[in-house]
Amino acid sequence: MLRDITLGQYYQTDSIIHRLDPRVKLVATIAFILSLFIFDGVAEYVIAALFLIIMIKLSKVPFKFMVKGMKAIVFLLAITIVFNLLLTPGEPVFTVWKLSITKEGIRLAAFLTIRLSFLVIGSSIMTLTTTPNQLTDGMESLMRPLKKIKVPVHEIAMMMSIALRFIPILMEETDKIMKAQMARGADFESGNFIKKAKSLIPLLVPLIISAFRRANDLAMAMEARCYRGGEHRTRMKPLCYKKRDFAAYAVILLYLAAGLMADRLVKMVVVLL
Amino acid sequence: MPIILDKVSHIYEADTAMAVTALNNVSLVIPDGQFIGLIGHTGSGKSTLVQHLNGLLKATSGSIYFNGEDIDAEDFDKKRLRSKVGLVFQYPEYQLFEADVFSDVCFGPKNLGLTKKEVELRAYEALKLAGIEDEYFYQSPFDLSGGQKRRVAIAGVLAMKPDVLILDEPTAGLDPRGRDEILEQISKLKKETGITIMLVSHSMDDIAKYVDRIIVMNKGSVMLDDKPTEVFKQYERLEEVGLAAPQVTYIMKALHDRGYDVRIDINTIDEAKKEIMSYFAKLSAAKRGR
Repeated sequence: MLRDITLGQYYQTDSIIHRLDPRVKLVATIAFILSLFIFDGVAEYVIAALFLIIMIKLSKVPFKFMVKGMKAIVFLLAITIVFNLLLTPGEPVFTVWKLSITKEGIRLAAFLTIRLSFLVIGSSIMTLTTTPNQLTDGMESLMRPLKKIKVPVHEIAMMMSIALRFIPILMEETDKIMKAQMARGADFESGNFIKKAKSLIPLLVPLIISAFRRANDLAMAMEARCYRGGEHRTRMKPLCYKKRDFAAYAVILLYLAAGLMADRLVKMVVVLL
Repeated sequence: MPIILDKVSHIYEADTAMAVTALNNVSLVIPDGQFIGLIGHTGSGKSTLVQHLNGLLKATSGSIYFNGEDIDAEDFDKKRLRSKVGLVFQYPEYQLFEADVFSDVCFGPKNLGLTKKEVELRAYEALKLAGIEDEYFYQSPFDLSGGQKRRVAIAGVLAMKPDVLILDEPTAGLDPRGRDEILEQISKLKKETGITIMLVSHSMDDIAKYVDRIIVMNKGSVMLDDKPTEVFKQYERLEEVGLAAPQVTYIMKALHDRGYDVRIDINTIDEAKKEIMSYFAKLSAAKRGR
């Protein structure tokens, strides 16, 4: 019941996207997200959609898993759509009482919906095809220059990888404790807000205690293996770029260029026809 | 309140690539008052099975009847079922949450909507049944020892006054002394209350001494379901699925193979001791006779 969150959930399969260097995927994701905010035209979004579809196909992850991540933002999307539809000034299409839906509102709502869903799906591709460990390795490597200005890059990366690693464990634990308390007649569903919040105490107290216990055990295990931060630490699987990674960078540049020149491209096609 | 399972199957993550069949066509009858051992290797489906018995998991196919009623029926009261079929999970001490032992044990009966007086009475009885002394009642459950914590957690389920008590690996992670204490306490509880008890374990040595029926699970199916002596006779089949008969059964078998005329259908140390003593008695009687 609690396993519906895709974020930080790796989907095991073998595809070109899975094999890419995590740094490439990180850069690609950031580039894709940025592109979504720069683009504002139908042609540009068609290009973004095509890019996304090709990436989904290449990743061999069932589309169902990408959409799972969307569930979390349904509420956000609904609010965005309603507010944009009703509160954008402009040429009214449809008026009820004092509220009117404008042409500009529809356009804005549509773009925002596409933007948000592309954003979630785009970043799910990264998390679904990259293990949390690869992801944090990639981040650490990309942020290395920041070390010069005394940013504790390694520590941040380590904290992130531990946090990501613990999401499924804590989920499972929550499920277990929930069941155990339900076996003692606990009811997590019915009642008003206050009653519901109160019913969470038998779940949260054991959960927090167990999180602390696990943290303690983990710290001990790390110390037992002489972990002492990032200085002089070598890796079993160091990140190094292969040919396909450079090709991937080229694809990203191509995509950005195509997107930025979309208007001109459309005109060219129109002229040619 | 007998429980009947009719061709129960359970598939985790059904309809996905990760689908796992945890239970496969399990049919069982659990009559009143039995002391049952449920045994199986890790991943054999024991824990999945017991979570069906109190309706925490819903069977993918098949039905479960509690006292003649289908527990998946729309109008069936699951909460009442959970009060009648008490389930103590693995490492139950991790679900303790209250500030003191007594209020933690009160949690179960309080959820049943009983009066305060009745709740406290039940908590008191349950703590006594679980063998917790009065002096611990108002201590924080987190200050107790591992074995004590576990007994408090068991008391938390006992306070619901279940007709069937299921304990999932109640001895996991305890030292030999804690293990014996818990098992003795459960056996005493069985004698005092006469309720149905199901003990889930992967160690034959733990349960051989107490139970009067053993159900062996393997890969989601019931492999053997019989009296302990009958089950242990098939120790070769048990070994095939990663289980074993109690160690003392092997000792008796080895003695028998070396020409000592002792019985081999023995599963507890006490029985073995008696058998060996009587063998020597016979031997010396024969010597004297000669």
